[in-house]
Amino acid sequence: MALENLSSLRHFGPELWLTASILAAFVGSMVRRLTWLWIPFLALALYSAFTGLSSEATYLFKGMLALDGMTGIFRLFFLLVALLTFILAAKSRELAAVARPEFRGLLLSVVLGMMLMASATNLLMAYLAMEMVSILSYALAASLKGNRRSHEAGLKYVIFGGVASGVMLFGLSILYGLTGSLDFAAIGHALAGGGANPLPLFFAMVLILAGLGFKIAAVPFHMWCPDVYEGAPISVTAFLSVGPKAAGFALLLRLFGGAIFDGGVSPIWPGLIALLSVATMTLGNLSALWQNNLKRLMAYSSIAHAGYLLMGVVLLNTQAMTAIVFYLFAYLLMNFGAFLVIAAIANENGSEEIDGVRGLWKRHPFLAVSMAIFLFSLTGLPPTFGFVGKLYLFAALIESGWFWLAVVGLLNSVISLAYYVRIAKAMLIDEGEEEVAKEKLPLLTGISLGVLAALTLILGVYWEPLRVFAEKTFVIL
Amino acid sequence: MPGHVLSWITFFPLIGAAVLLLIPSGKDRWIKGVATAATLLPLWWAVKLFQRFDRVFDGKHLEQFQFTEGPYLWIKSFNISYFMGVDGISISMVLLTTLVGAVAVVASFGIQKQLKAYFALFLLLETGMLGVFCSLDFFLFYVFWEVMLLPMYFLIGIWGGPRKIYAAIKFFLYTLFGSVFMLLAMLFLYYQAGKTFNMVEIMQASKGLAIGVQTLLWFALYIGFAIKVPAFPFHTWLPDAHVEAPTAISVILAGVLLKMGTYGLLRINFTMLPEATYKFAWFLALIGTINIIYGALCAMAQKDLKKLVAYSSISHMGFVMLGMASLTPQGINGAVLQMFNHGTITSMLFLLVGVVYDRAHHREIEGFGGLANRVPAFTGFTALAFFASLGLPGLSGFIGEILCFMGGFKTFPIYTAISVSGVVLGAAYLLWTFQRVFLGELNTKYETLTDMNVREWVTLVPLAVIVIVLGVWPMPLLDLIQDTLNFLVTHVTPATAIAGF
Repeated sequence: MALENLSSLRHFGPELWLTASILAAFVGSMVRRLTWLWIPFLALALYSAFTGLSSEATYLFKGMLALDGMTGIFRLFFLLVALLTFILAAKSRELAAVARPEFRGLLLSVVLGMMLMASATNLLMAYLAMEMVSILSYALAASLKGNRRSHEAGLKYVIFGGVASGVMLFGLSILYGLTGSLDFAAIGHALAGGGANPLPLFFAMVLILAGLGFKIAAVPFHMWCPDVYEGAPISVTAFLSVGPKAAGFALLLRLFGGAIFDGGVSPIWPGLIALLSVATMTLGNLSALWQNNLKRLMAYSSIAHAGYLLMGVVLLNTQAMTAIVFYLFAYLLMNFGAFLVIAAIANENGSEEIDGVRGLWKRHPFLAVSMAIFLFSLTGLPPTFGFVGKLYLFAALIESGWFWLAVVGLLNSVISLAYYVRIAKAMLIDEGEEEVAKEKLPLLTGISLGVLAALTLILGVYWEPLRVFAEKTFVIL
Repeated sequence: MPGHVLSWITFFPLIGAAVLLLIPSGKDRWIKGVATAATLLPLWWAVKLFQRFDRVFDGKHLEQFQFTEGPYLWIKSFNISYFMGVDGISISMVLLTTLVGAVAVVASFGIQKQLKAYFALFLLLETGMLGVFCSLDFFLFYVFWEVMLLPMYFLIGIWGGPRKIYAAIKFFLYTLFGSVFMLLAMLFLYYQAGKTFNMVEIMQASKGLAIGVQTLLWFALYIGFAIKVPAFPFHTWLPDAHVEAPTAISVILAGVLLKMGTYGLLRINFTMLPEATYKFAWFLALIGTINIIYGALCAMAQKDLKKLVAYSSISHMGFVMLGMASLTPQGINGAVLQMFNHGTITSMLFLLVGVVYDRAHHREIEGFGGLANRVPAFTGFTALAFFASLGLPGLSGFIGEILCFMGGFKTFPIYTAISVSGVVLGAAYLLWTFQRVFLGELNTKYETLTDMNVREWVTLVPLAVIVIVLGVWPMPLLDLIQDTLNFLVTHVTPATAIAGF
């Protein structure tokens, strides 16, 4: 049953409040005294996302969007991403030159796009949402005015993104041609009988996968990722590495899980995704080994994490999907935690290189220890939340008999240890060469770091409530 | 003795570490005091445990564990529980860990750099090790196993010697590589046993597994444990780690950490995959034999005293593997006895190397000579440790080795015959080293060398007493372990094979 447009609005609270927040951010750019105006609206959006979790699953706007557990969870996820990005950006010196109200407005708009991406159940809606995310992300990446690297990042992003988008659109139109519908559920029904010619269907799926692969930076569509991440301001890098990536996975799950997979796809499909995931994580990890720039390193590490997540897409059963969502939350905590530390150091000595964190233990023991926690969580060592995320993914794989993939995934986490521990070594073991003027950590950064690090550890030991919550709410229409 | 004694033993060092963090950095005496207390109390409880342990094992249930706690449901959706308990094997290891832990704390008093962080990490390490020996939930076991890696990495990496970084990362990568396979096998067993991590339930459920599956799992687990042992060819991290680690950490590494590998084989491979264990016993024996001979030959070629001791550890852990592989009561009892005794003896050896290194600032065997007259107490302790290590009757090293061989001869006569020559090699390199360091003319550089100080006496005397007492009268330890182990033998050996004996 799909709700009519007007009655849909009642369930559209988070998006509406977010829109209000975007408008408020732009109003703030005109009226100086109202620069804070967007904050209460964002808070209302968060509140509304929490209360909306318990609503019954249905379709909104005549079947354009789904309102289900997945929508609810991703709404929360993206609003948290926004919140953390703003905390990250608040004290950033880099962003001083950027017109902040526009920055805020852009960022919030991307978040809106991501929320729509996660709930879209119509090809047209999905494509629009994705373009909204993409185009605004290009602008964000290039937002450091007068900085050549930032502009280059934006340009690279635009060019690669444009091609990927075109390819995907082609795939979507083939899919439409094969099934005569834009609606995910209808596509699923049309494909269910096996009526569609398998070859064009497979071709369409590969094209769509290429477009989404670009969004999640899966090999071989990852080329843009390190350059863009390196060139963009740190807070944007952190944002891009979690937000649009998660949105890409959400759409991937909806499209392939909901619509196409029901229709009995080609038997080589899971194998293809498995290969993609192996290539993604292995290449990401191996390339990260040689990086000296922290942002580049994190870019390759985020490619590797996309590879781990793709292992869940191979299975596409409920267990694997829940594992993906679980992993994304773990990744949100630890990745933002790591970027908070990187940003704090960059603010202090202007360095984004590994050498810049040398001897951090002496200057800021708190920063060094919390960074170590995030790094070991990213590696997937117990007792951290990152381990739990991996545990669920690998458990799902083993239960379905994908042993070789689990072996490759686990070996990859051994490789990843090598570069994460390099950073830990620089911070905790190496001596800093020259005296860097020590700066006091901003209170906001300190508190958020403490919360993130504590959550990473606590959820690594006891995550049952979160699991129960995820299981109860995670429903896909 | 408090209720939940195993939890107290395991987590008390961690509480100590937390207290340490509250003490301001300059207060060295306080820091040392807290660290000592945090290791002494678990030792005291472990001794109490030893006294009250019920040595009579009815032999009907493999799962007869004592002082059990739980299982308390911890993570419901994954059916993970908090479940602790000890049997004869684990209680001997808990004793060893708490003893070596306390000794190593005292041995660390000379550390200059960042004392607080050092002891905090040290105590975290001890919690990890004790947790591994007390866990009866596979997931809990795995978490403790991994928790131990981090402090070890930093302890070697920050307080180690010149090539510390290389050694630390090598240790870290090797062990993580191993535990990754363990994780896979663990998850597989979880599903096979009907979604439970409870070790006792897995033991019962995994018996019916097809032998092909068992084989795969067995080797996956074997890699995880063999790296810790360290079994050839996974042993290369050990000499590096040992040479670079500070004295007390070498003591922990050789004294306790290596035993976790053989303990894991006994606790997991033997009990959960008995058919595969029976089938691949020859493989264990072969690797054990290689370890014995290869380790001894390498030790003989070393110029660095600490490296020599490190390679001798590899050789001696080979005896443990051979004894285990024999699947006979003598062999397996000998193996666990050897695990304990090697722990105390090798701790002495590393402490002694530390003593001489603190004074001479090098460990080159050729650089010494004639020390016997200059430092009689040091010479005496070294002689004792060397003789215990080479298996002189009357000292504790002998009884474990002889039992390993007795068991080994029944099952694998050829491997054992070759292995016995390892004893001769051991005697050769140890005596030769002794001669080069202590006998002959005194190297004039060392005329002012001072003998052992109080701290060093305090660390060495308890170990020496244990080495002598257990050498003459091993019954307290044998009593503790043998019923458990004899049952383990019948668990692994199929009924048809028993009839053949």
